[in-house]
Amino acid sequence: MKWFWYASPETFYPLAGTMARASAVAAAALALAGLYVGFFVAPTDAQQGEVYRIIFIHVPAAWMSMFLYLVMAFWAALGLALNTKLSAMMARALAPTGALFTFIALWTGSLWGRPTWGTYWVWDARLTSELILLFLYFGFMALQASIEDQRRADRAGAVLAIVGAVNVPIIYYSVQWWNTLHQGASVSLTKSPSMAAAMFTGMILMALAFWLYSIAVSLTRVRCMIREEK
Amino acid sequence: MKPRHKRLAAIGIGVVALGVATALVLKAFEENLVFFFTPTQVAAKEAPQGRTFRIGGMVEKGSLKRSGVEVRFVVTDMAKSIPVVYRGALPDLFREGKGVVAQGQLGPDGTFAAREVLAKHDENYMPPEAAHALNKAALDKAQKSVVVPQ
Repeated sequence: MKWFWYASPETFYPLAGTMARASAVAAAALALAGLYVGFFVAPTDAQQGEVYRIIFIHVPAAWMSMFLYLVMAFWAALGLALNTKLSAMMARALAPTGALFTFIALWTGSLWGRPTWGTYWVWDARLTSELILLFLYFGFMALQASIEDQRRADRAGAVLAIVGAVNVPIIYYSVQWWNTLHQGASVSLTKSPSMAAAMFTGMILMALAFWLYSIAVSLTRVRCMIREEK
Repeated sequence: MKPRHKRLAAIGIGVVALGVATALVLKAFEENLVFFFTPTQVAAKEAPQGRTFRIGGMVEKGSLKRSGVEVRFVVTDMAKSIPVVYRGALPDLFREGKGVVAQGQLGPDGTFAAREVLAKHDENYMPPEAAHALNKAALDKAQKSVVVPQ
């Protein structure tokens, strides 16, 4: 079973270190490039003027908040099914980063909403379901912290993570299923992006930067957990 | 089946069951999850009667009239339209021909008295030159369709 070779924390530890360092460097470089494109190359928006530039933080953060939850639920489910310690560690390590990106998405969205919509917050389906995602991350972390025995904590956390995963498609499709104040997706897999090319480039660069940042910090967190266990 | 395969299958079935249950719940709550009603829905009396609710649609071109702090405009979804009266400052992105969501009550005369007006913008982002070119293309096309060929 070659697959399980890296499932052992001892063999994974050095690999995680190398991956974390490489990801951190790449994340910093991509973030610099993304911010440069976003603030200096991308054109002003015809409707919103300069205020739209918060999109370069807001949208990648919102993508990561949903994606990381699915990754977390995946590792949690794997840990539950296979009883592998490392899977549960991965789930635990991803939660704070996911919560951070959810918070950033809500916060930047609120700052963007005020000058464009005319309000910081509305209870529409998109905003509400994203807020629920933040509570799910908090709930996962709180549940993990409240159970002394780590194996039991991981099992309880895994059930919560899996159950909460139904919220992710709800967030994503909320703008299609219901009337919301939030606009539809500008970028999706099924159609070409409804934005200028330079804007799209900036957003993708930032999304990659956030993605690599998530890898770097969560693997570093896993390394800390492995050390603590020893 | 090994125990781990059993657990994997149990999780898989659990997720599917949960997904179906959620879909049914969302379907049942569909109307309550709606943030605003369209003028067509209001005309069909689907909006709550005698209560505060939100209407959403497009601000009809040329319908905006200001008199002091009072603004009047028409919200349309191209099929039906509702006249709206509002006292207060409009958001920056409020434009004729663009999306709007207004919260308030429908008066007996069919005028919607809004207490809050929010601008709803679309998901298209483009530089002003591109927007200008698009508008010009639309205008040219409209003009051509009006001109009778000789």
